[in-house]
Amino acid sequence: MSHQIISPLPGIFYRKPGPGKEPYVNEGDTVSAGQTIGLVEIMKQFSEVRAEFDGVLEKFEIEDFGVVNPGDVIAITS
Amino acid sequence: MKKLLIANRGEIAVRIIRTAREMGIVTVAVVSEADKTSLAADLADEAIVVGPAPAGLSYLNHDAVLKAALDSGADAVHPGYGFLSENAEFARKVIAAGLTWVGPSPESIELMGDKSRARRAAIDAGVPTLPGTETALRDDDDLEAIAARIGYPLVVKASAGGGGRGIRLVEDPAQLRGTVEIAQAEALGAFNSADVYFEKFVTRARHVEVQILGDGETFVHLGDRDCSMQRRQQKILEEAPAPGLPDEVRERMRDSSVELARKANYVGVGTVEFLYDPFSHEVAFIEMNTRIQVEHTITEAITGMDLVREQLRIAAGEKLDITQSDVTFSGHALEFRINAEDPDNNFMPSPGLIKTMNLPGGAGVRADFGFISGKTVAPFYDSLLGKIIVWAPTRELAIARSARALDEAHIDGVKSTIGLLSSLVGLPDFADVKHHTKYIESFLDSTIPDSTGDAE
Repeated sequence: MSHQIISPLPGIFYRKPGPGKEPYVNEGDTVSAGQTIGLVEIMKQFSEVRAEFDGVLEKFEIEDFGVVNPGDVIAITS
Repeated sequence: MKKLLIANRGEIAVRIIRTAREMGIVTVAVVSEADKTSLAADLADEAIVVGPAPAGLSYLNHDAVLKAALDSGADAVHPGYGFLSENAEFARKVIAAGLTWVGPSPESIELMGDKSRARRAAIDAGVPTLPGTETALRDDDDLEAIAARIGYPLVVKASAGGGGRGIRLVEDPAQLRGTVEIAQAEALGAFNSADVYFEKFVTRARHVEVQILGDGETFVHLGDRDCSMQRRQQKILEEAPAPGLPDEVRERMRDSSVELARKANYVGVGTVEFLYDPFSHEVAFIEMNTRIQVEHTITEAITGMDLVREQLRIAAGEKLDITQSDVTFSGHALEFRINAEDPDNNFMPSPGLIKTMNLPGGAGVRADFGFISGKTVAPFYDSLLGKIIVWAPTRELAIARSARALDEAHIDGVKSTIGLLSSLVGLPDFADVKHHTKYIESFLDSTIPDSTGDAE
């Protein structure tokens, strides 16, 4: 069963907590429900993007520094 | 100076373009892909796309901005505020490329950017400071003894922080070591330096500041401002002059700020920020900002000067044509920051299309905006749409005129701070100068019914 992680906000998607840091997760990593997989920045405010279910993060649909719109699929877990 | 590149966006880019055009200087706006149809791009003589929407890839991209300057034949770069304005490395690159940097020297930027060095410089210049450590804490320091000498509550501040960021409160000794460790880790992550220092914490303070101007030889102050109305440690309503300060406090602030500029051989505009304790009447240095500030307009309103014009003249190598005795103050000015955000929903950003925007007019009212009707507010940048600046002969009249002006202002399409500002300016506490930097939070807590039961 695959699940989509959707951005509720417009903004910029970041896979790392800061410059020079390791990504929160990489494709193929196991994630648990509630785990942070990235950040969306809207007008200098940062919101965490979280996995909704336990599983494996199969693929990021939005790259680091990518522009997201509300409803965009950020990543797919299975 | 014949052609000026503006390395910024929004209302400050528009502000700089306006003065440059009045001086006969050709303007070049740099824009991201998201800002190609911005008002700044419309008003500038040329607009150059320097990268995609994220600021890190466009407005903050040193090489792209510098290339735009060189390709366009600009001979000067104005950084505005935020973005690259206090980046000494970028300033050095601009100067090394043979261009004029509209701002203080890279050395001044570095000195004031390092908060513990700036504090040392302030002490040397006779600027009043809060009790605290004069250098960054070391691993072998006896933290408990140092903290006990300063007294609780105190704050742990990142040396490389500023603008309200990189600050943590310690209320009692049990929290001390843990908070220092967290602050050091956060400072390393956010500012690439783990240096932190201690400063006494003032529970209920006002934020006051002094505008200074220097050409490396002559140094003057242009009076003071109060910026105590803040949300999330960000200013939202400012006024000049700061109301209700005892004369000796105001004089000490102003004179010591000029002395700090003089000792640093400061070139350009700068702002020395202070905390003012209205109960003890003590004033203490916070930091010095080495750039034009958002709220420079209220200083312009009470002095009749154009601070961007002064910046451009000084950068071009001209000397100040005034001394302190030529600076005179008239009346009272208020500035209201109109942000695209929802005060009823924890100041949630509100990007989108501005369907209509009606700005106020009439005597003593100035509107500096980066947007007009039909423009879109992108979700990628700061939420500041623009500022309404109101001048009147007295503070009382300025408050009445502000209420009238804010009543005329209307924006359809995005949520804004107009309604909140309208409420704030009408409060007896504001008229009586009883507000402080935590006032808005307590005001909102008491006026908005808490439907969630969440204490946050």
